[in-house]
Amino acid sequence: MSLQTITYIIVGLTFALYIGIAIWARAGSTKEFYVAGGGVHPVLNGMATGADWMSAASFISMAGLIAAMGYGGGLFLMGWTGGYVLLAMLLAPYLRKFGKFTVPQFFGSRYYSQGASTVAVLCLLMASVTYIIGQMTGVGVAFSRFLGVSNTMGIIVGMAIVFVYAVFGGMKGITYTQVAQYCVLIIAYTVPAIFISLHLTGNPLPQLGLGSDLVGTTTPLLEKLDQISMELGFAQYTTTPRLSYFNMFVYTVSLMIGTAGLPHVIVRFFTVPKVKDARSSAGWALVFIALLYTTAPAVAAMAKINLLKTIHPGIMQGSDVFAPEAQIKYDERPDWMKRWEVTGLLKFNDKNGDGRIQYYNDKNKTFAEKAKAAGWAGNELSVNRDIMVLANPEIAMLPNWVIALVAAGGLAAALSTAAGLLLAISSAISHDLLKEKFMPDLSEKGELLAGKIAMACSIMVAGYLGLNPPDFAAGTVAIAFGLAASSIFPALMMGIFSKTMNKQGAIAGMLAGIGVTMLYVFAHKGIFFIKGTSFLGLFGGKPNFFFGIEPNAFGAIGAVVNFIVAFAVKNMTAPVPDEIAQLVEAVRIPKGSKEIGGAH
Amino acid sequence: MAEHHAHDHEGYWKATLGLVRNILIVWFVVSYGLGIILAPALNGIKIGGYPLGFWFAQQGSIYVFVALIFIYAKLMGKIDEKFDVHED
Repeated sequence: MSLQTITYIIVGLTFALYIGIAIWARAGSTKEFYVAGGGVHPVLNGMATGADWMSAASFISMAGLIAAMGYGGGLFLMGWTGGYVLLAMLLAPYLRKFGKFTVPQFFGSRYYSQGASTVAVLCLLMASVTYIIGQMTGVGVAFSRFLGVSNTMGIIVGMAIVFVYAVFGGMKGITYTQVAQYCVLIIAYTVPAIFISLHLTGNPLPQLGLGSDLVGTTTPLLEKLDQISMELGFAQYTTTPRLSYFNMFVYTVSLMIGTAGLPHVIVRFFTVPKVKDARSSAGWALVFIALLYTTAPAVAAMAKINLLKTIHPGIMQGSDVFAPEAQIKYDERPDWMKRWEVTGLLKFNDKNGDGRIQYYNDKNKTFAEKAKAAGWAGNELSVNRDIMVLANPEIAMLPNWVIALVAAGGLAAALSTAAGLLLAISSAISHDLLKEKFMPDLSEKGELLAGKIAMACSIMVAGYLGLNPPDFAAGTVAIAFGLAASSIFPALMMGIFSKTMNKQGAIAGMLAGIGVTMLYVFAHKGIFFIKGTSFLGLFGGKPNFFFGIEPNAFGAIGAVVNFIVAFAVKNMTAPVPDEIAQLVEAVRIPKGSKEIGGAH
Repeated sequence: MAEHHAHDHEGYWKATLGLVRNILIVWFVVSYGLGIILAPALNGIKIGGYPLGFWFAQQGSIYVFVALIFIYAKLMGKIDEKFDVHED
């Protein structure tokens, strides 16, 4: 059977499974639509949260970025897992006790104003839509490869499928579908990693394989990777930070607090029965996430070795990389390169006309001179980082069913997160904005319809921007985290841990935090990510002008601004009413979450 | 609300904040401390084929995070019972 046929069969089977589950668990009421009826077991909830959370960015994009960044890529690993510690301790149990369906509802009550709730909705929409752009980028990569079409066509097909899928079930359907999707995606991620780890190091556990010696040698894999990376002018793999140690630090903070501020993750902790369950549920979610996140560094390093080895076949034996015969001929390139060339995400440009592929770092000045002397005229192969994980099993020449499985896993990751996000967006618009503010008489049916229309609009916007993404999938998602980090997280924290924070402080803080962050991001990436509208010139034209911090990492600075402005404004305005102080007191105590639970 | 006043809310909140602070210290030291700030120094030490700073950034901190949440959940459960504010 051909690879294409096997892929269709495996992807088709997984889709049939998801649709079957969605029909079985169809949402009957708004409560089921939003919080799955409130009775999901913590371990299952953890799995669903894992699938919801691990998006195209985690599954498709992250390992590719780590492969390119080396040690510095650890910021994604620590940032996207460390936030769960904050979530479990600082937010989840208290929001569960508070017992509202959505984050804006919490803001509306805690800050006793519809204004605070509306500002929260706007911040949430900004972050979620940016997040979906990242998903669409990933969906485009997966579908273009899976269907053998261009990246643009892949995104358009993806938009249609995500729409049908998300509108179908609501939260209840999504929770159980996501459990299935978690199983598919974790198998799809770990199986090829085990194969590759066995092949390179003889150790079946990728987490240990990454620290083992290469098969038949006494050289550790990472040491060899350091060496061959430098032989081609790339930075040393295990020691190079992302831009600077300071930038890496700030970036990690931004991802951590963004994790704890993203509404589509927070809302999962409203779906467990008790406060106690909300605490351990975050732990279960992280267990399932850690399975993938501790495998990813191995996938990254091993994919990089396999890629370099494919292009420069003699490199592992230490033969001269500049020798005329040391690179593969373009005509003899492996099949996987041909398949990815169709998508436009892998490109070869024979700059020196020798019919061979030279893949190296031509930005490295000293190395470029040596390369020039050897007759190289620049790097000839451009590999989009987002294809690394999907191409990995093909590069390692694994069996066809494994390659097909990875395609199914990538689609599961992208679809589950896109659906979770669309749900957060639709509930924010239909419930928090329309029902609570503008149209209190809206019927349940009308509310559901408005939610679905909101979903459709966000898919269109995200799909359009996904065609011209501001960054790789994981980079775009990092921006979304920065926006959440600078607005939602500080206001939630202050709502629980400060009895005196008032509505003026919270609103001013959120606006200042997200405002500063958007200003910095848009200055680099364009207004609302539209190409050609960036305005770095206003700030002297130098990228990363604020202490060398890149825009993707700026959410942490936005959060600091948020806290400072909030406390300053609070001290200048009227104190919180007594009943709000009492409310905060009650939220801190687990007892009685059942009585409060299920408001409205 | 009335029955809540029978409990020592202040003591409960103080115990909670103490636990959160301790966990946050470990959380910070492992990720930002060993994984970033001290990573260059730690990379001289090898465990298996891993430079130690690299290991903390790409493996070790994640394992510690998982452990921290379960430790927190367990100790928090004990605090709940001690101050009799747990749910049945």
